[in-house]
Amino acid sequence: MCDTCGCGSGTNPVKISRPGETERHIDNDHPHSHGHPHDHDHPHSHGHHHDHSHDNSQQRLIRVEEDILGKNNLLASRNSGYFEAKGVVALNLMSSPGSGKTTLLEKTIRALEGLRPVGVIEGDQQTLNDAERIHAAGAPVVQVNTGNGCHLDAEMIRQALDQLQVQEESLLFIENVGNLICPSLFELGEKNRIVIISVTEGEDKPLKYPTMFEHAHTCIINKTDLLPYVDFDMDLVKKHALSVNPHLHIMELSAKTGEGMEQWIEWLLDQKP
Amino acid sequence: MHELSIAISIVDTVIDQAKKASANRVSEVELDIGTLSGIEYESLEFALGVAAKDTILEETLFRINRVEPVAECPKCQHLYTPDGMFSLCPECNEQGIRLIQGTELQIKSLLVEQNE
Repeated sequence: MCDTCGCGSGTNPVKISRPGETERHIDNDHPHSHGHPHDHDHPHSHGHHHDHSHDNSQQRLIRVEEDILGKNNLLASRNSGYFEAKGVVALNLMSSPGSGKTTLLEKTIRALEGLRPVGVIEGDQQTLNDAERIHAAGAPVVQVNTGNGCHLDAEMIRQALDQLQVQEESLLFIENVGNLICPSLFELGEKNRIVIISVTEGEDKPLKYPTMFEHAHTCIINKTDLLPYVDFDMDLVKKHALSVNPHLHIMELSAKTGEGMEQWIEWLLDQKP
Repeated sequence: MHELSIAISIVDTVIDQAKKASANRVSEVELDIGTLSGIEYESLEFALGVAAKDTILEETLFRINRVEPVAECPKCQHLYTPDGMFSLCPECNEQGIRLIQGTELQIKSLLVEQNE
């Protein structure tokens, strides 16, 4: 069983697709390696001679000291090199479901029109809904459906890049799966990790999910147009976020009304590869 | 939920290492997992069982060492045990924790059996 593509369970495979295109499952060209029984990790090897006695086996300690996320980090570095060579700035957007990531992206794409090329990789467990919204907003987009997976990983990004053909000097937005826990551990090769929270979520989000805020470079507080209607203490949430990560750059905005969008767009245009 | 991805990654790496060492059995795997690494120990233990099923690691004992956090104050360099990710330095009250231990996600060693 494999949570990344569900290949052991026969359901929910990882799919990478573009709007208007039939979804396809990467079948033979698997996006990741795994120790499943159907590859050839048999408990015995086939080629050896059976002329030895099994009694003379001996135990040996092998020092490994290998980072568990080493493989992902290596692939992330490869993605990062690809971005550098193309002058692309990759931004990893992470949040809980419903914080307004996709709306923010739609507005951002429209605001950047004519100023800087944009590409988008959309991550969701299922559906092409977000990719269709981004496509309608006018940006090239590839959807990654993770199936059972709760986060994007570096290999999924590499596969998506094969299809996206991202333009040189562009901003590449990677919208991660809505989840404040798992995506924080998986580097994708991005230049900047952006965590988005909304004023409807409660000020203690940074304290409840510190790993995400600790790993992020930038924090966007969205839906500021709702501030008059909710009990949300802006100073307190900032204080909490900065107590986890004092270097966090925080921006407040409302993607819906456009309030605060100028500083965000300006910040995006300042991003150098 | 990401514990399963982590477990699959551990199983893949261990199998690679065991192959390199021409081992036919891995009796034990030792892991260092920091208490602030973002991993739930119980979920990881469960996920390792699932990931190791039908591989050469099915019978393997996974020993997980919990690595307690140590922080160094970025201002006065005092070393202390933080009680989370937002502790203040007990010496100078500086905010902004710099962890030097406690976020480990590492495969330490394997105990393998080889035929002569």
